[in-house]
Amino acid sequence: MSEKPELSFEDIPGTYVFDGRRSRMGYPLNKMSAALNNQADRESFQNDPEAFMDRYKLSDEQREAVRTRDWLSMIKHGGNIYFAYKIGVMDGLTVQQVLAAMTGTSAEEFKEMMSNGGRQPNG
Amino acid sequence: MAEIVAGIGISHVPALGPAVDAAVNGQDVNPQMKAFTDVGGWLNETKPDVLVVIYNDHGASFSFDLVPTFAIGAAESYLPADEGFGRPALPEYPGDADLSWHIIDSVVPEGFDLTICQNLDVDHGFSTPMKVLYGVPETWPVKVIPLAVNVVQQPTPSARRCFDLGKAIGRALRSYPKDTRVAVIGTGGMSHQLQGERAGHINPDFDQQFLSEIVSDPENLASLSNPDYINLAGSEGAELVMWLIMRGAMEDNVETGLSGYVIPVANTAAGVVAMQNA
Repeated sequence: MSEKPELSFEDIPGTYVFDGRRSRMGYPLNKMSAALNNQADRESFQNDPEAFMDRYKLSDEQREAVRTRDWLSMIKHGGNIYFAYKIGVMDGLTVQQVLAAMTGTSAEEFKEMMSNGGRQPNG
Repeated sequence: MAEIVAGIGISHVPALGPAVDAAVNGQDVNPQMKAFTDVGGWLNETKPDVLVVIYNDHGASFSFDLVPTFAIGAAESYLPADEGFGRPALPEYPGDADLSWHIIDSVVPEGFDLTICQNLDVDHGFSTPMKVLYGVPETWPVKVIPLAVNVVQQPTPSARRCFDLGKAIGRALRSYPKDTRVAVIGTGGMSHQLQGERAGHINPDFDQQFLSEIVSDPENLASLSNPDYINLAGSEGAELVMWLIMRGAMEDNVETGLSGYVIPVANTAAGVVAMQNA
């Protein structure tokens, strides 16, 4: 790697590196998602998601992303996938189903891509 | 004196547990799965008393309220964490708090400022390798020391820093006065990405290079930057730096016991390598 100029996070395509800027932006969303580790909070979220989002003071963009299960928008607004996936667990989704939705493909297409060796570098 | 009897690098993707079960039961005939089905028996032959398991938390015990760069368990026991599905049906993990504190008392004065956890629930990053190695026993046959690494929120510790911490842990283990057989397990990887338009990224060339160089040339792997790891291994595959902590604890010269690589396990390239000091 030494002969190449130093790579920065912004050079990596299709990737939202979870850095301090995103962690600060995503704090309310990720804080809410972390609460879903507790059964009582899972029930609260499922019973009244709007009130639950109020409790954690999500931004308007984060609320809309959660409402519509727009996973890419959650990531763009500071969500971290390990935390956002806890919302997917509420819906009975696998990680793969979330990733398919995030990349705008069907679950079957995404599964087939992985079975064929995944998304190749620069592909 | 304590002895480091084995080092293992192994993926921790949850689907690896069922994939290994299927291979053991003969439902999956992929020959590359053999290294995953054999690694538990290989480890048993080295007769470890304690495993130091290097893993990352996935929003189970650490939220973004509190992100320790390196956090070591110093408890008498550890519970499997509820990650959103309820607490998994796994036995409690017995700790070795004496050895935890020996590591802490050794490496902190050397400049590795570990966060010390006397109460820590461990998630799939820890439990998946344990299930691959031991299945789901009534009680775990070894004691454990969890070492959680922040590989989620940048700036994460560099590959170089991880390798150096591993060397310090190796010195600590070798200076422990009790006759204790220790295996060091580095978990995570291999290439995968679980976010953004590049989700599904797999890089077999880099993975094979990593599997080879973790044995023969860890210096080269330690020289790569955080952006290099994310670019090559994917935003989540960058967690491979945790294998360098294991490798640092081993001697410079090691012999490979077994090695294997499978694409995919769920959305991840999965790898395993087992080594002993030469």
